[in-house]
Amino acid sequence: MSKTSQDEWTLEIKPVSGWFHFHLKDVWRYRDLLMMFVRRDFVAVYKQTILGPFWFFLQPILTTITFTVVFGNIARISTDGIPPLLFYMSGIVSWGYFSDCLTRTSSTFITNANIFGKVYFPRLVSPLSNIISLLMKFGIQLFLFTCFLLYYWMNGSTNVHPNIYILLTPYLLILMAGLGLGFGIIVSSLTTKYRDFSFLVGFGVQLLMYATPVIYPLSALPEKYKWIVLANPMTAIIDTFRYAFLGAGTFNPGNLIYSSVFMIVTLSIGILMFNRVEKTFMDTV
Amino acid sequence: MGAAIKVDNISKLYRLGMVGNRTIVEDINRLIARIRGKENPYLKVGETNQRNTKGNSDYVWALKDINFEVEEGQRFGIIGKNGAGKSTLLKILSRVAGPTTGSVKLKGRVASLLEVGTGFHPELTGRDNVFLNGAILGMTQEEIKGKFDSIVDFSGVERYVDTPVKRYSSGMYVRLAFAVAAHLEPEILIVDEVLAVGDAEFQKKCLGKMHDVSEKEGRTVLFVSHNLQAIRNLCQKTVILNNGELFANGNTEQVLREYNELSRDITIKADTEINNSINRRGKGRVRFTGINLTDEKGNRRYKFETGEKIRVSITFEIFKEIEGLTFIFAVLSGLSRECLTLFEYALSNKKMMPGQKGEAIIEIPHLKIKPGEYPLYFELTDLKYNSYAKDVIDDLTAPLEITEGKNKAYSDDNKPSGYFKMESNIIQNEIYDTNQLTKV
Repeated sequence: MSKTSQDEWTLEIKPVSGWFHFHLKDVWRYRDLLMMFVRRDFVAVYKQTILGPFWFFLQPILTTITFTVVFGNIARISTDGIPPLLFYMSGIVSWGYFSDCLTRTSSTFITNANIFGKVYFPRLVSPLSNIISLLMKFGIQLFLFTCFLLYYWMNGSTNVHPNIYILLTPYLLILMAGLGLGFGIIVSSLTTKYRDFSFLVGFGVQLLMYATPVIYPLSALPEKYKWIVLANPMTAIIDTFRYAFLGAGTFNPGNLIYSSVFMIVTLSIGILMFNRVEKTFMDTV
Repeated sequence: MGAAIKVDNISKLYRLGMVGNRTIVEDINRLIARIRGKENPYLKVGETNQRNTKGNSDYVWALKDINFEVEEGQRFGIIGKNGAGKSTLLKILSRVAGPTTGSVKLKGRVASLLEVGTGFHPELTGRDNVFLNGAILGMTQEEIKGKFDSIVDFSGVERYVDTPVKRYSSGMYVRLAFAVAAHLEPEILIVDEVLAVGDAEFQKKCLGKMHDVSEKEGRTVLFVSHNLQAIRNLCQKTVILNNGELFANGNTEQVLREYNELSRDITIKADTEINNSINRRGKGRVRFTGINLTDEKGNRRYKFETGEKIRVSITFEIFKEIEGLTFIFAVLSGLSRECLTLFEYALSNKKMMPGQKGEAIIEIPHLKIKPGEYPLYFELTDLKYNSYAKDVIDDLTAPLEITEGKNKAYSDDNKPSGYFKMESNIIQNEIYDTNQLTKV
């Protein structure tokens, strides 16, 4: 019955089979869509708000003040001699990017079920656009943090020593984006069938923050528990970030390599699962 | 020309009911079967997809062993009742959902218009949404930029192009969305029921565009619709899906005839298509228990000649108290579904009580409608047309088919079109109380 030879077909749709069937080339072909999504996120988020992008500033400032009061003034947790305001803000800004990436991408399939159900495009475009648009928020907050840093530095605060390791910031960002995306898409793949995981994300991220040196320096930890915190791949990233901008804490290349390997493994598992799920999720979500 | 789409033994299994904790058990069973090298145990238990009968299995075949080929440049129609599997088929073709078994081979870029306005963001302006929607459908920025003016022109919403689309009327929304999709230039265009919204003028424009796209540019168009007239005007080949199976496949005229056979088999009962909110709407206070079109001798027919006598006979039952009873019968236009002529009779002015049943027959002595096919509309309601009292049967029965009669006086093409009045009279109207009958 077939009048055309097999090789003329440009696309064959088959039942899901095999784990290693990627559309990474497709993702590249849809790069324009990626940028459109980023633009949409950015434009749409603050439409009909009075303060607009100002909210990007307000959020870390208020959190920093809260942390300074609660952990610094009331609980009196050490900040390694760094002005508490800078110490907490550095943690909040960098941790914020990771946790935003994770929570946003973890709901990919549920928030996009409507559009995914109607048109085909590589699903990975969606979470990728999330981490890119969050980058802009991070950029604004980093700018704010730098302003505070400069203020303290100019006023002769002797404990603040920004140094050459600041150049590592882009690499740290890649690590955070990779980890956030990796964990996020693993969770989002699982939530298509079992929604339980979406409940887990919210407080999971919260708990993870306490296992990361965001509100305390590594040096304040008792030796007994240090290994738990060091096993957390985010620890080295936050610590390096703080070391680069404030000159406090430690810079340990070994820990950073551990984080890098962890990121690659997580992201690979994430992409594998995501790929698998994107073909069947319509029937389960 | 060769085939552009080849659908090969496509089947799709769906699980009914809740996806919940039982799925973990099933996942494990499936995994065990796979480790032992056996077939997926749940593939065996699927049943055909008959919506209105209760099945034994939780799994149904939304599609079962579908085979067909679409030639390059062809306009191909897909029809079927609600739940026949049309949308599932389109979802597989547009790669939104995967098939359970079988394969589809495609030649060229596919763009689907499963539901218009997909990915439109309400906060963004029309302009931004054209770019966003174009990108979602697979166009590059450059392509959209080049076509932007003709997209806006086609949509006819030029004045609103810098207004957020949340302020658009639903018609404007559809116009813009269709305009983007129509300028996609894919080799294969999949269109699903877009014409349900939009006015008659725009519908005509869309059909014209789809025609042009295939005729002038040699693209393949796959068109799904309930609007048989649109299918007839547009498509060369058509398939009918029924309960997930391929019922007929061939030239449109021939297939449409078979489709009417299929709808003719529907006998309207109190529970026919009751959960289908499109063709049957109502809250259940009163229900049709039977609808028949007959000639003056009482033979059931759907084909009539111009100038013939038609009788519409209905039976009904009251389930909850309502104030009086009105029966409305309308003949609709096949393409635009506008009402061509309408008959209305108050069957009762008194309070109707549960258990009461009735029968009414309306006669139209001279059928003055041009030859063609006309969907029919039946409604029962109370005296004040309250929506809670309604039972509506909208294009669920076979359409009224009118052919050229010997008496040519009524088929004058120069007659003005639009709404018109036709003579009719009620020849029977009986209401009996089953409650009292049992008491006596």
